[in-house]
Amino acid sequence: MISDSMNQTLTEAALRAQNVFVYYGSTLAVRDVTLDIPKNKITAFIGPSGCGKSTILRCFNRTNDLISGARVEGKITFHGRDLYAKGVDPVEVRRRIGMVFQKPNPFPKSIYENIAFGARINGYQGNMDELVEQSLRSAAIWDEVKDKLKESGLSLSGGQQQRLCIARAIAIEPEIILMDEPCSALDPISTLKVEELMQQLKERYTIVIVTHNMQQASRVSDKTAFFNAEATDKGGKVGYLVEYDDTSTIFSNPKQEYTRDYVSGRFG
Amino acid sequence: MTISSSPPDPSSLWKPNRKASKYVQRVVVWIFGAFALVSVATTFGIIMSLMLETINFFKTVPIWRFLTDTQWTPLFSNPQYGILVLFSATFLTAIIAISVALPLGLFSAIYLSEYAPPQLRKWLKPALEILAGVPTVVFGYFALLLVTPFLQFFIPNLGGFNALSAGLVLGVSITPLVASLSEDAIYAVPESLQKGAYALGCTKREAIVGVILPSALSGIVASCILAISRALGETMIVTLAAGQNPNLTLNPLVPIMTMTAYIVQVSLGDTPAGSIAFLSIFAVGMTLFIITLIFNIFSFWFVRTFREKYE
Ligand SMILES: Nc1ncnc2c1ncn2[C@@H]1O[C@H](COP(=O)(O)OP(=O)(O)OP(=O)(O)O)[C@@H](O)[C@H]1O
Ligand SMILES: [Mg+2]
Repeated sequence: MISDSMNQTLTEAALRAQNVFVYYGSTLAVRDVTLDIPKNKITAFIGPSGCGKSTILRCFNRTNDLISGARVEGKITFHGRDLYAKGVDPVEVRRRIGMVFQKPNPFPKSIYENIAFGARINGYQGNMDELVEQSLRSAAIWDEVKDKLKESGLSLSGGQQQRLCIARAIAIEPEIILMDEPCSALDPISTLKVEELMQQLKERYTIVIVTHNMQQASRVSDKTAFFNAEATDKGGKVGYLVEYDDTSTIFSNPKQEYTRDYVSGRFG
Repeated sequence: MTISSSPPDPSSLWKPNRKASKYVQRVVVWIFGAFALVSVATTFGIIMSLMLETINFFKTVPIWRFLTDTQWTPLFSNPQYGILVLFSATFLTAIIAISVALPLGLFSAIYLSEYAPPQLRKWLKPALEILAGVPTVVFGYFALLLVTPFLQFFIPNLGGFNALSAGLVLGVSITPLVASLSEDAIYAVPESLQKGAYALGCTKREAIVGVILPSALSGIVASCILAISRALGETMIVTLAAGQNPNLTLNPLVPIMTMTAYIVQVSLGDTPAGSIAFLSIFAVGMTLFIITLIFNIFSFWFVRTFREKYE
């Protein structure tokens, strides 16, 4: 326990959200989220559907900017720098903070090009073959695709496609990888592979994962944030952060009643 | 109506007339089948008659002379029927047209689908469709009476009839087709790919050039091929503005005669029916038909082979 809390104060926050409110148009979707994402750790976001997990995740790499009408209030800092300050280029933010989506979305290009594309547009000057191999190796898919790099990325199975997308994300050497339900379209074996992969990746990257799978959250993550949604007086729903702690605490000894009910599957 | 207190036997409430609906079904199938047959049979009949007259024509004019002669002189005492002459004109106007329509159409499609603010898009799209609805004869005299004199300012030796202004205007007339089909193709690219590109740190331009356009390529190529085959078969603009002079040339500044223009000329003229000159329009029509057919088959094949399946 003591060493745990010491660790906590020692680990640096890669991302820090302070009093973040997100609106879609005029409706408030998520209110007042404050949390720190520790560096080189895996942080899981759990919670019922519609409570704003994806919304908060998208704030971290400014992909909410692409949704017309979306508005973020509050402060999100990345190593102390305000991500939403004037003059910050969202394109640069996304290069440093990568994202893997729920549905695998490889480009309709060759496996090789899927990896090389991002590197090229970001001005990578080194040896492209090496980068492709190294990225595919890091994503634990090299052995399966090394003989067919010229084939379309779409010819792979869903689980392979998802690991290709992870390889594509790490090829541009981001610091943080955001994953929005990366395993929800995968079978148990592929899921296990991706989970193992995450454990390897956290040595070099900071990972934030949204998941609906409690076992997955407890298996892979170091910290867990539980979100919930409550009804507003206008008849809508607004998401908020209920509890954020070490994963072991959230799953064995949460402070909030809601959290206890949710993680034990008694949610109503 | 009052609801009776004792609930009726539920099975007595449902009496489908299966027998009658079966008859209706059969009649409906026959009616639709007949209509489908009429359209297919008409097309088939047209092709058959085209083919018969074409064969009659080739009984007099050997097919190899048709394909290799370099003169088109049906009214001479020693007539020559070199289709290359008419084909060169058709080819030339189509090439000019597509080099206008492809950039214009593709850029409008990209602008409409990716850049235009929704308000502007709401106006631009119908405007483009109105352009598609302009009768080609209007485009034809627009080319003849406005574009050609205008171009003559810059190119003094430009003929009153020429491939250049006909081709340019033809290009404008097929631009809406390219734009609307390309826009459909761009629109069909899943949003997830676009998001994937942005998540890699793409700017909008990089996402469009690097991911969206390549993903929409098969549809864009198909739209192009369709536009070319439309340009090949277009009649009014080239008849009015390109001239009636069978010239074997790729010079866009002189009068020429396209295949379609020739067919118009003979159909409207006093060439006696049944004469060889008259039969020649069927051979020309058949050639045009085969060329467009090849284009359409190619486009069909291309889309089938290169369309990305995203699921
Ligand atoms: N693009 C959008 N436009 C408008 N409202 C949105 C948009 N995306 C999300 N919302 C709203 O924001 C709220 C939070 O949605 P969000 O997708 O973040 O939830 P989530 O926790 O990720 O749910 P799930 O577990 O189902 O993925 C919901 O009420 C949703 O309707
Ligand atoms: Mg979500």
